[in-house]
Amino acid sequence: MRFELMYESFFKIIEGIPLTLQVVSISTVLGLALAIIVALMRISGKKSMSIPAYYFVYLIRGTPLLLQLYFVYYGLGQFSFIRESILWPILKEPYWCGIITLTISTGAYSSEIIRGGILSVSKNFIEASGALGLNKIKTFLLITLPITVRQALPAYGNELILMVKASSLISIITLMEITGIARTIISKTYAPVEIFLVAGSIYLIINFIIVLAVGLAERKLGTVRAN
Amino acid sequence: MFEVFSFGSSGWGDEMLMGALMTVLVSASSLLLGILIGIIFAACKLSNIFILKIVANTYTTIIRGIPELLVIYLLFFGGSSAVMYIAKIFGYDGYIELNAFTIGTIAVGAISGAYSTEVIRGAVNSVHKGQFEAGKTLGLNGYGLYGRVIFPQVARIALPGIGNVWQITLKDTALISVTGLVEIMRQSRIAAGSTHEPFIFYTAAIILYLVITRLSNILFDKAENTYSKGFVSKGAL
Repeated sequence: MRFELMYESFFKIIEGIPLTLQVVSISTVLGLALAIIVALMRISGKKSMSIPAYYFVYLIRGTPLLLQLYFVYYGLGQFSFIRESILWPILKEPYWCGIITLTISTGAYSSEIIRGGILSVSKNFIEASGALGLNKIKTFLLITLPITVRQALPAYGNELILMVKASSLISIITLMEITGIARTIISKTYAPVEIFLVAGSIYLIINFIIVLAVGLAERKLGTVRAN
Repeated sequence: MFEVFSFGSSGWGDEMLMGALMTVLVSASSLLLGILIGIIFAACKLSNIFILKIVANTYTTIIRGIPELLVIYLLFFGGSSAVMYIAKIFGYDGYIELNAFTIGTIAVGAISGAYSTEVIRGAVNSVHKGQFEAGKTLGLNGYGLYGRVIFPQVARIALPGIGNVWQITLKDTALISVTGLVEIMRQSRIAAGSTHEPFIFYTAAIILYLVITRLSNILFDKAENTYSKGFVSKGAL
C-alpha cells in the first residue's frame, strides 16, 4: 500500500465530484420529467400512446448504456444534416451527449417505477375522490400523485444510486469526472488497488448519503395503507 | 448501405456475428462464475458466523455501490499482478499475463456475483423451514438434504431473479470492451472507425443486443416452466 499516493490522489480525484454530481442531478431532473410522460403514455389505454412508450422502454432497457452513449456521441454526428442543424453545438459536446444519454436511460427505467407506483394506488381512493366531487385532474394531483411518490420512493432511491454509478461511463467520452481522473492516475502510477480504494470510497460515500436522504424522505412521508 | 455487412474479407457481417458470439460466451461464463460466487456468499450471509456475514455484506455493498467501470479497471490494471502475487505464494515465480477474456469474466463475474448472492439468499430464505425439518426427519443430510430437497426448490424460486441478473450481466460485458476484448461493442467501434459509418454499426450493435435479450428471455421462460412443473401458475388462480 502506498498511503502517500492515496493521500495525494484523493485531492486530485475529489476535483471530479462536482462534474459527477452536476451530470447526475441535471439528467435526473430531466429524466424524471421524461419518465412521467412515458409512464402516463403507457397507462393511457390508447394504443397509439402505449405502444411507442413500451418499445422505447424495451429498447433502452435491452441495450447497454455504453452503446447508447456511443450512439449519441459518435453515431449521430455522422450525418451532415445533424452537423448543420441548430442542435449541433449541443450534440458535439461530450458533456451534453452524456447528459442526453443518461436522461434517456433514467427516463426509461424510472418510467417503470412510476408506472408501478401509479398502478399501486387503490381504485377505492379514486372512487372515493370521485364521490367527493373531485375531477380527474384534481384526483391525479391530490390523490394519485402523492401516493405514487411515496410508493415509488424506495425503488427510485435505487435508481438514483444506479445513476451515480452510470455517470462513470461519461469518462469514456473524455469527461474528467471521478472515474476519469482515477483512470488517468492509475495509468500514470500503476497503482490500481490504491486508486480503486480512494475513488471507490468516494462513490460509496455519495451513495450512502443518497440512501440516508431517501430513508429520511420515506419516514417523513409516512406509510400508505394498501387499501 | 448494407454491403458493409457482407461476409468475408470485404464486409463486417461475419466479424459482427463473431463479436455477438463473444458477448454471449463472456456473459455466460461471467454468469456461471457469478452464480458460484453467489452460492458461496449467500451461504456466508445465511451462516451464523459473524465474520463470514461481514465479509459477504462488505462484498455486496461495495459491488453495488461502486461503478462497474472502476471494478473493471481494478482487475484490468491489477489482475495480472494479483495472480502473480498468489502464484508466488505457491512457489511459481514467472510472469503471468491474463488474457482479456479471463479478466473480463472475473470482473463481470464479480459484479454479477453480488446480484446473484441476493437472489440466492432470498430464494433460500423463501424455502419453508418445514422442508429442512422434514428432510432431516427422513434422515437426509448434506447432499441428500441440500441437493435433492432444497436445491430444486431454490432453483425454481431463484430462476426469475437469475434471469434479471443475466440481463444485467449481458449489458455489463459491453464495459469490458475498454480492456480490448473484441465483443459486440468493441467490434462495432473498430468497424465504425474504419468505415466511417458509426451510425450503421451502432444500430447493428443495438439490434444484436436486442436479439440476444429476446432469445435469452424465451430460454429463461422455458426453464421457468420446466422447474415449475407441478405448481399452479399464477394466471390460473
